[in-house]
Amino acid sequence: MSTILEVKNLTRRFGGLVAVNNINFTVNKGEILSIIGPNGAGKSTLFKLISSFLSTSGGEVLFKGEKISNLSPHVVARKGVVRTFQETTIFRSMTMRENIIVAHHLRAKASLSGYFWGTAKARRDEALFAESADEIITFLGMEAIADELASNLPQGNLRALGIAIGLATSPEILLLDEPFAGMNHDETMHMVDLVRNVQKERGVTVMLVEHDMPAVMKISDRIVVINFGEKIAEGTPDEIRDNEKVIEAYLGREDDAIGV
Amino acid sequence: MNMKKWLLVLLFLLVVLVGVPWMIKATGRWDFYYTLTSVALLSIASAGVWLTFYIGRINIGQGAYTLIGGYASAILVTQLGMNFWLTLPLAGLACAVISVFIGLPILRLRGVYFAMVTLVLTEVARLTALALSITNGAKGIVSIPLPTELSLFGFTIIPDFGTLENPKLAFYIAAVIMMVLCYAALYRIVNSRLGHLCRSLQQNEELSASIGVNTAYLRVVAYSISSFMGGIAGASFVSISQSIYPSSFQVVDSVNFMLNCFLGGLGYVLGPMLGTLMLYFGWDLLFTTGKYQLLIYSSLLILVIVLLPNGILSLSLFNRGKGKK
Repeated sequence: MSTILEVKNLTRRFGGLVAVNNINFTVNKGEILSIIGPNGAGKSTLFKLISSFLSTSGGEVLFKGEKISNLSPHVVARKGVVRTFQETTIFRSMTMRENIIVAHHLRAKASLSGYFWGTAKARRDEALFAESADEIITFLGMEAIADELASNLPQGNLRALGIAIGLATSPEILLLDEPFAGMNHDETMHMVDLVRNVQKERGVTVMLVEHDMPAVMKISDRIVVINFGEKIAEGTPDEIRDNEKVIEAYLGREDDAIGV
Repeated sequence: MNMKKWLLVLLFLLVVLVGVPWMIKATGRWDFYYTLTSVALLSIASAGVWLTFYIGRINIGQGAYTLIGGYASAILVTQLGMNFWLTLPLAGLACAVISVFIGLPILRLRGVYFAMVTLVLTEVARLTALALSITNGAKGIVSIPLPTELSLFGFTIIPDFGTLENPKLAFYIAAVIMMVLCYAALYRIVNSRLGHLCRSLQQNEELSASIGVNTAYLRVVAYSISSFMGGIAGASFVSISQSIYPSSFQVVDSVNFMLNCFLGGLGYVLGPMLGTLMLYFGWDLLFTTGKYQLLIYSSLLILVIVLLPNGILSLSLFNRGKGKK
């Protein structure tokens, strides 16, 4: 397996607080890599650094050997690293289909003025986007709700919509921010299958930040654990499950001094 | 655009270009020409404000661009002797270029912060016009000639307004045609992918950026189109009144442009046009109430905004057969 993304000595400070401290890891092409850690460990900051929503204080992120940190978010997306958000981040007053069609922006061949005048190229784009949106809707099994306003949809569907928006950009790496948060067991398992499908059938490399341990263990090829902004472990789900440092980070240490 | 919509457009054109002049001739109310011309021009400036609303920015600074457009045209006509019809697009372009430089920094602001900065813009434009020598300070620029003939290869496209027996009608027709063109452009923007991208900005800028939209660029494009419309509206006004002063467009005008959009409906392309018409005529009709005019006017305005937060066009009367919104 070849490396597709490389995080090198990545650091981010907020004033005196070091949110991400000298983190190193690599992502292989076609795998599902989860980033886990207790609340406030720096997971979301790490995602924002990778997608250039935040600038770094040190270190860099390389995508296929090319530096993608400290650029604009839309430039990083253009290169193929696309971030989805938690469920509230969608275009609320558009229908599901419109959401997905708009998200095809990166595949647009015509210019903005081309769309205004309705040139042949622009019309071809529009037809292509509509077709591809339908294909994504079918892929995710959302035909029945495709023409509903996004603001009327329940949470589970919004997560799926978030992934659909990500897929519409035809990314090489999809960064999913807590795709299972607030879901019940059945919904989570459905979502796990969906993410697996995205990776298997579309060949998209997936990185996700998540709290739901059973889902993470089930879905991940590899896991990176961070705590207090530092990487404390990296490995397969089985390795992580038995890792002393990880158990310590999540459950705390037995400490005679305070009588625990 | 389907058949029904084209018919409605045709009907609208018939009413404003044939029906209205006929009515005015029949009733002898020649003053209506000036009123309706003003409405048409104000609704062009409001259309620009509406477009900035469409990308999620509250714009209370359109008065600055109408003033800049007005001065640009006045200076080009009086100092360089240019044909007014050539200065019209140039005034729009001047505003668009200036708005790029102003917009680049201020469009990063959102919500009430952007609104506050734009509110100041109008005042800055007024004070600048007052201070500069090219704008002739507080004395303004007066006795600007009426638009002269525009011809191409010896073929007259627009006649000399000075020789017409009824320049008021000519101004009215010109303003209406400009308004129709502006709204056609706006309709096209909103109903093409461009509009969908603007809506994506309005609803969530982070997500827009993450699907690869160059949000900063798109915001500036929308803002400069908006300012272009403000510029040509201002230039036309100056040509009708044949004069311009620093106080020709003030903060209150900027606020009115915004109110026109609110009143008509932010979700509808024709919202600002209807809003301008109602606001302008509403004010005039209340003239008979004397000293209570402002009180009744503002109370009505508050009522409309409270009862119809999505504007007058959101009334079910206008949405029959459109399905749910």
